[in-house]
Amino acid sequence: MSVTIQTKESASRDGIRRFFRSAPLWIGILVIAFIWTLPTVGLFITSFRPEDDINNSGWWTVFQHPFDFTQYTLENYDRVINTSGMGAAFVNSLLVTIPAVVIPITIAAFAAYAFAWLQFPGRTFFFVLVVGLMVVPLQMSLIPLLKLYVDLGNATGVELNGSLLGVWLAHTGFGLPLAIFLLFGYISSLPGEIIESAYVDGASPLTTFTRLVLPLSVPVIAAFAIFQFLWVWNDLLVALVFLGTNPDRVVLTAKLSALVGERGQDWFLLTAGAFVTMIVPLIVFFSLQRYFVRGLTAGSVKG
Amino acid sequence: MAQTVKQPEKTGGVGGAIVAAVLRIAVAILIPLLAIAILIWSVTFMTNRDANKALVAIVALIVGVGGVWVLYIAFDNLVSLLPENLREAVRPFVFVGPALLILGLYLVFPAVGTILRSFQDARSEEFVGLANYQFVFTDPTMLIALRNNVLWLVFVTSFVVGLGLIIAVMVDRLRLEAAWKAIIFLPMAISAVGASVIWKFVYAFKPAGQTQIGLLNAIWVALGGDPQGWLILQPWNNFFLIIIMIWILVGFSMVVISSAVKGVPGELLEAARIDGANEVQIFLRVIIPYIRGTLITITTTVIIMVLKVFDIVFVMTSGQFNTEVIANRMYREMFSFRNFGHASAIAVILLVAVTPVMIYNIRGLQQARR
Repeated sequence: MSVTIQTKESASRDGIRRFFRSAPLWIGILVIAFIWTLPTVGLFITSFRPEDDINNSGWWTVFQHPFDFTQYTLENYDRVINTSGMGAAFVNSLLVTIPAVVIPITIAAFAAYAFAWLQFPGRTFFFVLVVGLMVVPLQMSLIPLLKLYVDLGNATGVELNGSLLGVWLAHTGFGLPLAIFLLFGYISSLPGEIIESAYVDGASPLTTFTRLVLPLSVPVIAAFAIFQFLWVWNDLLVALVFLGTNPDRVVLTAKLSALVGERGQDWFLLTAGAFVTMIVPLIVFFSLQRYFVRGLTAGSVKG
Repeated sequence: MAQTVKQPEKTGGVGGAIVAAVLRIAVAILIPLLAIAILIWSVTFMTNRDANKALVAIVALIVGVGGVWVLYIAFDNLVSLLPENLREAVRPFVFVGPALLILGLYLVFPAVGTILRSFQDARSEEFVGLANYQFVFTDPTMLIALRNNVLWLVFVTSFVVGLGLIIAVMVDRLRLEAAWKAIIFLPMAISAVGASVIWKFVYAFKPAGQTQIGLLNAIWVALGGDPQGWLILQPWNNFFLIIIMIWILVGFSMVVISSAVKGVPGELLEAARIDGANEVQIFLRVIIPYIRGTLITITTTVIIMVLKVFDIVFVMTSGQFNTEVIANRMYREMFSFRNFGHASAIAVILLVAVTPVMIYNIRGLQQARR
């Protein structure tokens, strides 16, 4: 009896000691988490406050009566989406991003499969070339590409500058080296017996690829897809360069950045606008957190 | 052809087989042609501004998502028509060809073009030797941009890696680890433009006497200071921009370092404790040496990201008030000053700066996979 009581006591004493030892850690992480969230919370709250309130009092004053819902409004969102063009920009962002994810993944998967499992002359050379291209920053491409687009438009009438196809292909080109590198790493490590047995059963390379290799590669494809999706959705530079001349095709980031320039003090528009640009990445983040982290870590070397 | 021999009874004799083969060839050639024609038509349709917007959007999605698949399948069919010995020699190029074509067109060819232009004048008409590089390294505004890039490199890299490491070790010992990580990782999901607006609001400035609506000025005034326009306060404004990137990237480095910290064997830590090491000693002498490789990878990755920093500066100050960085300057040379020589030289400098770090990183990645 006495023994058990003693261990219980010492256990609780241990618990207390452990609590005091970890107390500085708790304080530290609380402070850091507070600092890290505060700016975003400020933006979020401000986006729901009427214009006059925003300009005459700090957003933190809502906490005097946090549940007084008359101090909140959706009008900022209505204005920024319908009047300032954020709604149209949202659609454009989707139209740019979805194909700019699917196209490079498809092309990279075909290429990675060929590099891994098909024999052709120059295989090693081309693969080293592809990996080597990862070092090239996309800034190296902008001027000649823009020139090429303009020349092509003048010569043939096919206007890629300012078009969806032009920006899809640009994102494809800039994303391909990393995509091939990542997908090759995964596809080349698939067990050879499976792929050979498919050939023995008379499957063509295309069938083997679509029915066998692609389904098996879902984890790496998902990771890269999330990375590329966020990269394209959040990109400003490529959008400015290749879509900047076309007012009908402005994407969210470019629109928000233009709003900052034109209406830099209109916080009721800027805060709501910023939140509109953030909503899709945040949904992706919260719903696919595990893939999300994996994808971003995998893609962190993108050039 | 192997197939015509295999299925004579199905098509009914040799004549039927020939008809079937001709049909097959016709179909296999027609489908790619048709696919290309449809793609070209849809692209011109998408650029037609009078067309119905919703319809354009739907066509764009179908073409963008499905078009590339149609092309692959069509060309694969076309290759299947070739004589058997040729077929399997050509097919890999159907698979790998589009990738090589796009890489050549979008990276190799332009990179060569940019290098050439960096030795040419503003309009890429005449060769000017090294004049553009001389400009990059002697022009006073360029020197400020280069200085700022060094500031960004030093402060972003050290804070991102340092804070990431500290937080990773902290949350490893706390409950709710996943929640803390999510909170700190969250800014990584947001675009740099969005993050810039968030922080621009934190730095918002109102003249003295008015209510401060920016968090930083509200705190500053409450502590007895005069309201400051943080973004024009030289040279500190650079640091107010740098903070934004640190805020974005710490979560990323923390998550990567955290998984490395979890890889430190428990016995190693236990042995150190038995030998009488305290927590600080364990952190410095055991954990850090053990995860050294990860720390170096994170450092190089952050260096690459920082060298290319553009959006934050573009949105916050457009490089005014001595906050210029090279990537933003390149954009301005390109679109504001229309000097392709200068812009190309800056791009080449960026390439030269990134290359060694990137090579190191890729080698690390390849080793990690083995």
